[in-house]
Amino acid sequence: MTDAPLVRVEHLSKHFPVTRGILIQRVTGAVRAVDDLSFTIQKGETLGMVGESGCGKTTAGRTLLGLYPATTGKVTIDGHCVQQAKGKEMLTIRRKAQMIFQDPYASLNPRWTVGSIISEPLRVHHLLATAAERAARVQELLEMVGLNARHINRFPHEFSGGQRQRIGIARAIATQPAFIVCDEPISALDVSIQAQVVNLLEELQDRLGLTYLFIAHDLSMVRHICDRVAVMYLGVMAELATRDDLYENPLHPYTQALLSAVPIPDPTRDRARQRVILTGDVPSPINPPSGCRFHPRCPIAKPHCAQSVPAWREVAASHWVACHEVK
Amino acid sequence: MSVNQHLLNVIDLKTRFYTPEGTVYAVNGVSFNVAHGETLAVVGESGCGKSVTMMSILRLIPTPPGKIVSGQVLFNNEDLLKLSEEKMEHVRGKEIAMIFQDPMTSLNPVLSVGRQLTETLRTHTHMDAAQARTRAAELLQWVGIPQAGNRLGDFPHQFSGGMRQRVMIAIALACTPDLLIADEPTTALDVTIQAQIIDLVKHLKQEMGMAIIWITHDLGVVAGMADRVIVMYAGFIVEQADVYALFDGALHPYTLALMEALPRADRRRAQKLKTIRGAPPSLLMEPRGCPFAPRCEFVHERCIQENPTLLEQAPRHLAACWVNVLTGELRP
Repeated sequence: MTDAPLVRVEHLSKHFPVTRGILIQRVTGAVRAVDDLSFTIQKGETLGMVGESGCGKTTAGRTLLGLYPATTGKVTIDGHCVQQAKGKEMLTIRRKAQMIFQDPYASLNPRWTVGSIISEPLRVHHLLATAAERAARVQELLEMVGLNARHINRFPHEFSGGQRQRIGIARAIATQPAFIVCDEPISALDVSIQAQVVNLLEELQDRLGLTYLFIAHDLSMVRHICDRVAVMYLGVMAELATRDDLYENPLHPYTQALLSAVPIPDPTRDRARQRVILTGDVPSPINPPSGCRFHPRCPIAKPHCAQSVPAWREVAASHWVACHEVK
Repeated sequence: MSVNQHLLNVIDLKTRFYTPEGTVYAVNGVSFNVAHGETLAVVGESGCGKSVTMMSILRLIPTPPGKIVSGQVLFNNEDLLKLSEEKMEHVRGKEIAMIFQDPMTSLNPVLSVGRQLTETLRTHTHMDAAQARTRAAELLQWVGIPQAGNRLGDFPHQFSGGMRQRVMIAIALACTPDLLIADEPTTALDVTIQAQIIDLVKHLKQEMGMAIIWITHDLGVVAGMADRVIVMYAGFIVEQADVYALFDGALHPYTLALMEALPRADRRRAQKLKTIRGAPPSLLMEPRGCPFAPRCEFVHERCIQENPTLLEQAPRHLAACWVNVLTGELRP
């Protein structure tokens, strides 16, 4: 993979203002949801982004696509800068970069037919001139995601959760995008349905040459589907490495704790494991801890961890980590 | 094995819901038991009847539309389905306690945590207000809430998700029940908080020795804490075994398929995930034949005609299947 990366993220931050007062609102602080993220995604790659709720992974995904304006930093998708693009260029980015959402119940308009939901992006981007052409394309897309093309006039409530997620996937690939942000696409689904949707995402990736940012909290599934994995904690990236490197040789104490908390479906192995059980909860991102944001819960924290922010550095080939204690 | 060794013995429980769309066959003749001090895990996907079974045991099924059609729930040899409502209220909370998936909706948002704890204590024991308050503070500290004494006046929204689940556990265990029913108590929590809660429950169980029924859809959690496992599908128990036996060699095609559909964090990727074709059946039809037959890779003609009963196919290992999954042939 020597080509230029498809997606380049440089020092991306997204802060949401915290206000007080009802009529006269004063800004009293900021939720630092995403702070200074830098990474790249190669063409055809699946980058996993994991972390606990509130760690900023969804915000990062949305800011990446320009759905939230970035506070600082820059995102380039296939040569187009998301923050500077306007008009036609913005439309091009919107066509090339799509999103699949977590909740297959909330992300489809219940009053629209499947046909109108999937053809909406085709209409918005003027990709096909006539209604007949669009209908033919929708039927083709339905078949690609494993649904019956004759169900084009049905409504979302007539489908099961797994089928609805397939509709969401069909809508996302309708514009022939290069890059898709998958925001927890399987966490609302039952185990026997999850595998079906994951395999579909992989098939489409092979067939259409897609690049994915796969946001999830299920670390087992992330190991299965992703090429590289980024671990987030309280808005910052703790560690980024290739899949097997991260799971077999985690360097950041947070990654180690997170991996040791994942249940393993094997009683002998699960019970023999050494667990790192973190104390306390994830602190508030409004006033995140000083220095390293993980230091109040870190089992190996030293005094200097509370003083200075650890640098984001490449400690081994393609293995990035932000921790003072990692040599 | 005589019946009276068991703390709980459920026999042929059937629960249905009569809705405008038709009859929902939610629980279809479920029988199992729980020994004193045992941890039994109940696994299955949404709609498999695992929660309805537990609600039926505690007689918390809204009637109408729901109805327990038949069966016995013997708790300490007494049939809970025949008790008066008054006696049942004594069983709930005192002898059998329950914790739920979402601690925000199962705690009362307008009552302080201390009030909710003391209410349980004063209903079921003879403590006066001051004693109950002291005990409540002890309980909160016992489940790992920092500065417990100062937090009795706090309301549920002032606690994080993990802390709320700890409060729920404190309320549930306040009267030292013999049986704790936990309905997906860690599903809404992050993995690191899930690990804390599982650790806490294991620790409390060692101290108190109560039996636990732990409902979950996560086979990983099952592997970590259960003694015995029940697998449910479409309102039936399809497999029942010791936890090690189940993970060593499941005998029902559904259990096998579930395990193979699961990626693992401790292993390198070998191949594409195996999938289970189709989707779980609608419970609106009276079950005929094996409920898993339409999705089963071992399916035979007999499976479509006749629903297999749950039989012991290896020592203490029960499965409801006509097929030997090792050979793919019908059992003699």
